[in-house]
Amino acid sequence: MTDTLASHADQSLNKGEPLIEMEDVGKSYGAIRALRGINLRVNAGEVTCVLGDNGAGKSTLIKIMSGLHPHNDGSLRVDGKEVTFSSPREALAHGIATVYQDLAVVSLMEVWRNFFLGSEMTAGRYPLAGLKVRQMREIADAELRKMGIVVKDINQPIGTLSGGQRQCVAIARAVYFGARVLILDEPTAALGVKQSGVVLKYVAAARDAGLGVVFITHNPHHAYMVGDHFVILKLGTTALDKNRKDVGLDELTTQMAGGDELAELSHELKR
Amino acid sequence: MSQTVEAAPAPAPSEPSNRVRLGLSNRILARPEVGALVAAIIIFIFFLILAPSFRSAESFFTVLYQSSVIGIVAVGVGLLMIGGEFDLSAGVIVYTAGLFASMFCWYFGINLWVGAILSLVFCLLIGFLNGYLVMRTGIPSFLITLGTFFVLQGANLGVTKLVTKTVSTLDVSKIAGFDSLGKVFSSSFKIGSVTVWTSVLWWILFVGIAAWTLQRTRVGNWIFAVGGNPDSARAVGVPVVRTKIGLFMVVSFLGWFVGMHQLFRFNTLQAGGGVGNEFLYIIAAVVGGTLLTGGFGNAIGVAIGAFIFGMTSLGIIYAGWDPNWFKAFLGVMLLLAVLVNLYVKRMATARKVG
Repeated sequence: MTDTLASHADQSLNKGEPLIEMEDVGKSYGAIRALRGINLRVNAGEVTCVLGDNGAGKSTLIKIMSGLHPHNDGSLRVDGKEVTFSSPREALAHGIATVYQDLAVVSLMEVWRNFFLGSEMTAGRYPLAGLKVRQMREIADAELRKMGIVVKDINQPIGTLSGGQRQCVAIARAVYFGARVLILDEPTAALGVKQSGVVLKYVAAARDAGLGVVFITHNPHHAYMVGDHFVILKLGTTALDKNRKDVGLDELTTQMAGGDELAELSHELKR
Repeated sequence: MSQTVEAAPAPAPSEPSNRVRLGLSNRILARPEVGALVAAIIIFIFFLILAPSFRSAESFFTVLYQSSVIGIVAVGVGLLMIGGEFDLSAGVIVYTAGLFASMFCWYFGINLWVGAILSLVFCLLIGFLNGYLVMRTGIPSFLITLGTFFVLQGANLGVTKLVTKTVSTLDVSKIAGFDSLGKVFSSSFKIGSVTVWTSVLWWILFVGIAAWTLQRTRVGNWIFAVGGNPDSARAVGVPVVRTKIGLFMVVSFLGWFVGMHQLFRFNTLQAGGGVGNEFLYIIAAVVGGTLLTGGFGNAIGVAIGAFIFGMTSLGIIYAGWDPNWFKAFLGVMLLLAVLVNLYVKRMATARKVG
């Protein structure tokens, strides 16, 4: 598993070097401010965990990084250069690959077509150039095997796989194509214990291969297992921003559960 | 079509070891065009038995010709539907194309090639506008193209009336360029006693290109993706807007092509023509296994759908029945096709073990 990642990772990555830097980034949807004043660094070879309750702005944050929605305020720098992504294609071109929680795959399409969707291998650059179907099938199958997923038929529609397997296909695809920054949007939310373990090992392997990983979750236990840096979002702003050495699992859990508000609540409900 | 498949037991845990390869029959059944192929064979045999004059090679090629006139545009409509959109203006745009070219050249007295090319540009523009409005506003293509449908239908009649004072165009056969254009769009040759129209060959060519594009090119992958799940497609870098606008333009291009065929075959056109054909294209696509909601289908299936249309429309006449029943028959075909498609889609996406 680790070999795959190392072989696809960009060899020019130096651990600790900043890949994505956000400064005072904000985003509004019409009259609603989903995010404001966010400062975030994604370093190569580190896992940045973004935690937060529902509606805290986690998804908005990654949509900015992955090019689905451009930001309104502040600056977003990738490899030191200021950018505003207008489409996911641009983000992918910078080596930023994202695995979305809800929109990972096209159910009716075959597994291998999903794996290569948007980055198909063709025999040439002319308009009707044929796809290298056999090669793509072999690569998709091999990559999935390395992740421990064996599909009987790589030609079956991906909708026939289980939720966890679909998630793993999406991750394998992101790793295969995006060798610099890997953004995972709640990858363990829909998974069982065993499959979550697979995904977490993958996160660790990606980190060791020198990738910058952004791991979005609302499970502090999962986050603490792999994270180097923790950011907790609350109502669109940063509630906590600490390195691993400055924060313990207890503090993370408490902050996630609501922190001071929770203490107040438990005081109020005291019996 | 009436294949029975054993009811799948409750979904088992999705461990790879529990997975079985689907039986050959199930895999064949999951192909979009199989239902249509079975239906086509049944209908073919049906008319062979009931209509004696259906049995000759001449009538077979007449059926092919009839199928090609619908089938050429239906291929485009099928691609568009796989891409998750509708085009209700596809029927009248055929006549818009023909009327535009013929009246422009008649009015200004210029070579028909100029008119044909300008008409192509005009049609592509309409296709682009359809696609652009759908993508820009997010309004369902059903409504946008319903609008274009009425605009074109009205404009066809209105402009023709203004230019020619009647509801049909004047004969274009004396205008320069008619013969060479006729060779391209509407010529025929004889093999023995059989007349083969080139539109049949064009149809086969377009179906071939569409089938290749869908199954074997990057764009084909994108078409399935934008129809199956546009949000996912966009997220992994598929240019959704460009793909869909392109599909609308393919439909209008093929509409223009058939428009040219009609013009150079009949020399004059009725301004009110083409209305209702948009549904024939959609029926051909759906009967051919295209999913109404997008993301599933193929070009061969659409061609078979058009062939079924051609067979039934002429078969009823060959059999000596009242042709008024034809539409009722089409309706039944459509309903059956939709049921088969629903069933196939369930089969294709259901998890099957054992």
